[in-house]
Amino acid sequence: MPFPLLTVTAAVPAVGAVVTAALPAATTAARRRTPKAVALAFSAATLALAAVATARFDPGGDRYQLTESYTWIRSFGISFSLGVDGIGVVLALLTAVLVPLVMLASWHDADPEDPHSFEGPRRTQGFFALVLAVEAMVLVSFLSTDVFLFYVFFEAMLIPMYFLIGGFGDRAGGPDAARQRSYAAVKFLLYNLVGGLVMLAAVVGLYTLTARAGLGSGGGGTFDLATITRAVSDGKLAIDPTVGKALFLGFFFAFAVKAPLWPLHTWLPNAMGESTAGTAVLITAVVDKVGTFAMLRYCLGLFPDASTYFAPAILVLSVVGILYGALLAVGQKDIKRLVAYASISHFGFIILGIFAMTTQGQSGATLYMVNHGISTAVLMLVAGFLISRRGSRLIADFGGVQKVAPVLAGTFLVGGLATLSLPGLAPFVSEFLVLVGTFTRYPALGVVATLGIVLAALYVLVLYQRTMTGPVREGVGSMADLRVREVAVVAPLIVLLVVLGVYPKPVADIVNPAVGATMADVHRTDPKPAHPAAEQPWFSYTTAGTDSPGGVAK
Amino acid sequence: MNALIPVLVAAPLAGAALLLLGGRRLDRLGHWLGLLASTASFAAGAALFAHMLAQPADQRPVHQHLYSWVPVGGFQADVGFQLDQLSMTFVLLITGVGSLIHLYSVGYMAHDERRRRFFGYLNLFLAAMLLLVLADNYLLLYVGWEGVGLASYLLIGFWQHKPSAATAAKKAFIVNRVGDVGLSIAIMLMFAQFGSFAFGPVFATAGDAGEGKLTAIGLMLLLAACGKSAQVPLQSWLGDAMEGPTPVSALIHAATMVTAGVYLITRSAAIFNLAPDAQLVVVCVGAVTLLFGAVVGCAKDDIKKALAGSTMSQIGYMVLAAGLGPVGYAFAIMHLVTHGFFKAGLFLGAGSVMHGMDDEVDMRHYGGLRKYMPVTFVTFGLGYLAIIGFPGLSGFWSKDRIIEAAFAKGGTEGWILGAVTLVGAAVTAFYMTRVMLMTFFGEKRWRTDAEGREPHPHESPAVMTVPMVVLAVGSVLAGGLFALNNAFLHWLEPITGHAEGDSPLSPVAVSGLTLACVAAGVAWAWAVYGRQPVPVTPPVGSALTRAARRDLLQDDINHAVLVRPGEYLTRGLVYADSKGLDGFVNGLAAAVGGLSGRMRRLQNGFVRSYALSMFGGAAVLVATTLLMRSV
Repeated sequence: MPFPLLTVTAAVPAVGAVVTAALPAATTAARRRTPKAVALAFSAATLALAAVATARFDPGGDRYQLTESYTWIRSFGISFSLGVDGIGVVLALLTAVLVPLVMLASWHDADPEDPHSFEGPRRTQGFFALVLAVEAMVLVSFLSTDVFLFYVFFEAMLIPMYFLIGGFGDRAGGPDAARQRSYAAVKFLLYNLVGGLVMLAAVVGLYTLTARAGLGSGGGGTFDLATITRAVSDGKLAIDPTVGKALFLGFFFAFAVKAPLWPLHTWLPNAMGESTAGTAVLITAVVDKVGTFAMLRYCLGLFPDASTYFAPAILVLSVVGILYGALLAVGQKDIKRLVAYASISHFGFIILGIFAMTTQGQSGATLYMVNHGISTAVLMLVAGFLISRRGSRLIADFGGVQKVAPVLAGTFLVGGLATLSLPGLAPFVSEFLVLVGTFTRYPALGVVATLGIVLAALYVLVLYQRTMTGPVREGVGSMADLRVREVAVVAPLIVLLVVLGVYPKPVADIVNPAVGATMADVHRTDPKPAHPAAEQPWFSYTTAGTDSPGGVAK
Repeated sequence: MNALIPVLVAAPLAGAALLLLGGRRLDRLGHWLGLLASTASFAAGAALFAHMLAQPADQRPVHQHLYSWVPVGGFQADVGFQLDQLSMTFVLLITGVGSLIHLYSVGYMAHDERRRRFFGYLNLFLAAMLLLVLADNYLLLYVGWEGVGLASYLLIGFWQHKPSAATAAKKAFIVNRVGDVGLSIAIMLMFAQFGSFAFGPVFATAGDAGEGKLTAIGLMLLLAACGKSAQVPLQSWLGDAMEGPTPVSALIHAATMVTAGVYLITRSAAIFNLAPDAQLVVVCVGAVTLLFGAVVGCAKDDIKKALAGSTMSQIGYMVLAAGLGPVGYAFAIMHLVTHGFFKAGLFLGAGSVMHGMDDEVDMRHYGGLRKYMPVTFVTFGLGYLAIIGFPGLSGFWSKDRIIEAAFAKGGTEGWILGAVTLVGAAVTAFYMTRVMLMTFFGEKRWRTDAEGREPHPHESPAVMTVPMVVLAVGSVLAGGLFALNNAFLHWLEPITGHAEGDSPLSPVAVSGLTLACVAAGVAWAWAVYGRQPVPVTPPVGSALTRAARRDLLQDDINHAVLVRPGEYLTRGLVYADSKGLDGFVNGLAAAVGGLSGRMRRLQNGFVRSYALSMFGGAAVLVATTLLMRSV
């Protein structure tokens, strides 16, 4: 039996979570370092494993690779099956990259204010164990090739996330911060639970269909993704259009809550605003990506006809989300809520790319998931550093930071420029692909979505101007610049932004074949150019050679 | 030899990276490193130019493919450079004038503690602009295009601690982003039409697409050009951009940035030539901006803002010429180059004046400076003569050809355009003479110690005056050299094409008319600012003057039309999001809460009611199963 690489990759953080939680309670700052270091080591090991998995993945090979399958509940055709396609492997790697950095960034965020209080001694390790637990569950969601397995972990990750949001704030909230935080946590949980329950109904519905078609071994039902997709594709599993639409909506609703798609977004600003910056990054850069990933894999793969049917409506919601999120971001007074609304706008772009049903759109959407994860991490984590220094999240409490903390201001600007998709940085590539992929099929939507780039410049630069430039505000003057630990968090992310902006080809090459397979699932091909240009030798272009009404004098 | 092409971009880019990441230990040497990077790029450009000149005209364009950048399905974006006569011209202008500005900044920024960073940004500016003119496809051009936007943002806002500088920087970036939307859409249109956005394939296939599509592409490209080149209606950022240190203004106005729009239109000649409607709009934008900038330039008392109005107006000439098609492309670029010399010289001269006058910018507080700053006076004076088109100097040759080309448009349009360019020439002479007289002539009107510190004007150090002298030489000679045997025209012709227009007036008549207009403008300015003393407090002025001082109300209009409605919309949405959407969700939650409170009463402990609900549940299950079977 080959080494079960994917299982181990997902198991390491799970084991790490248990180990970290089981460590003895720490009452001093020095002792608190142990659980932190242990958790960090587990996440680093996960990163190494994910990197190996990425390296072993052959873009030209089978659709799902590194597959493993263990029977779980035989009577329902449920198995613990893992495997990756190009999209899953890239997102798993993103998760593995971000989690150690989030931990490093959150190093002191979970230190108890009063170590002798009731919550004190175990608080720190609780935070780090929960982060590892989230990582494990997200990884299984990305790696799973079994619908039921996916569903279980898709739902289960709500539990650690709930405690992360509700239990750990950024100490910058007002007097009723604890109440706000628990409101945000409950809202997060309820929203996502409702979505998940609707999905559960759809999952069960799908199972009954497969059982009736006898897709499983021994003529029963199955949850195996590849089997169902193949059966849908070759007609062995003919889903009645109405039933297909209903099931599609069941899946899509859950994913659209998680992603989140306008108008199901209102939990996100609360959750990101009230939690720590590290948790906010986990939410928007990691957990929410499961939603968009699942749209691409489950909605399109399982229900191609329904996906095509609903695509125009979803695209309109996406474009509304792009502009709405950006406008709301412009109007925010709280730095973290601003980033949250910016993310809503970006999720609009991702979903737009997925449902435009073009290779550019879908490859762009996948790259967007990666790039948005990195750029938001930079912006949010630096914002977290900033907020922890000042003890406030309000934009109005800052000003002139670049004068006292130039490195902090500089990294914040890079994060901001990535957020507004400056060419040369990674997000530009993905955003442009999404736009061009949308434009070729839906020109009007493409044009309207493009307006989002002006609004993005507005909310980013207004934020930068108000917080970083101008005279040094009271309470900012004594602010320390980034520490070594903080630079170590931000520097790798910035390097990634530049590298993936200048040379995204390696990632694109991994993603492209998977996108091609998805396009085949939905039976769509790219619109052809109206007047395809033949391969032209480079020097034949001189305008003097073309016919011009002005006449050409030689 | 082609291996040198990437060096053009790489040298300043490496300089920028080194200076911005190198930390304080580079503080002492940083400015020289920055200068070295830009001169290295210039040296590479000069070598490539010499090599190119040695080739016959049809073998001059070279292309170098570096690597595949974004390969996704049919979407193939590559990183490749294309060096032909057009980009070569820009390379020399950008690196040559750019290096002179670097040298000047060594002196100008000597007392700024963040000088190293300033040079890093300058290097970044050059790298971005070079990428823009060397790219072999529109998407890579876009990278340079926004890179220029970023560099200008950083430099305009270099003194970020001043709120006005931070605001101006943000405004420049955002207004430019509006233009960038145009470039994005143009690229998408090209991709949808041709499946490509590389120059070669697009230009070769442009004819297939039909005039409607080409007009759309052309208009979108024009929108982009309006942003970068500060053409109406996206001109509002240019005046505020004077918040940056003066060398930045010289760089933005002469060698980089504002010239990008003219480059884009000229580069896309194959598209515009087939879209006469788009060309007509280009010409109109150029003509309107030409007058707009000139009028604004007349009213400003801030020396840099007066020059900024002048830039807008001169770029208007270039855009107008580019809109004329093959009749005008070469002259647009020729004026762009000569303008690069004299406008850089004028800005550096203005910087030198400010340097000597304790950063005073109000010309009403200048006067009589020619005695105190002789080198600045002479170099600025030569630049002045060049820009107004004094016979024999650079501006005379290049502007004259544009005016001829405007008449050559033919028909009523030709007469209108010709008249506009002539009026522009007169107004140019007026506002430039005004600047000259208010600054260097007349009685001194400096601030006294009572009003602040009295300045002690002095000539600037050699590190600043040498670039000014070099640029002055260029301002005097470049135009004549270019015009000699139509050398410049023949150089660019293989790329831009050329057509002789059919002017209703002979060239001599046009020159005569132009000179008459210039003389009238000079005389008028002399009458107002030379013959009588300049009042220190500005007179109230006519309604037009007052409007021109406010940039012809551009900001008021933008505020009323865009900013304020935008603010209301945002505020309204913020309210709606929390009260409407979220309120709905919270209301739902409250309803569920209330419902569950009532449901709790069902758990009453009576076995009989539990049995009833179990029966009900079983009934539902059975019914569902039966229903599913029958489907």
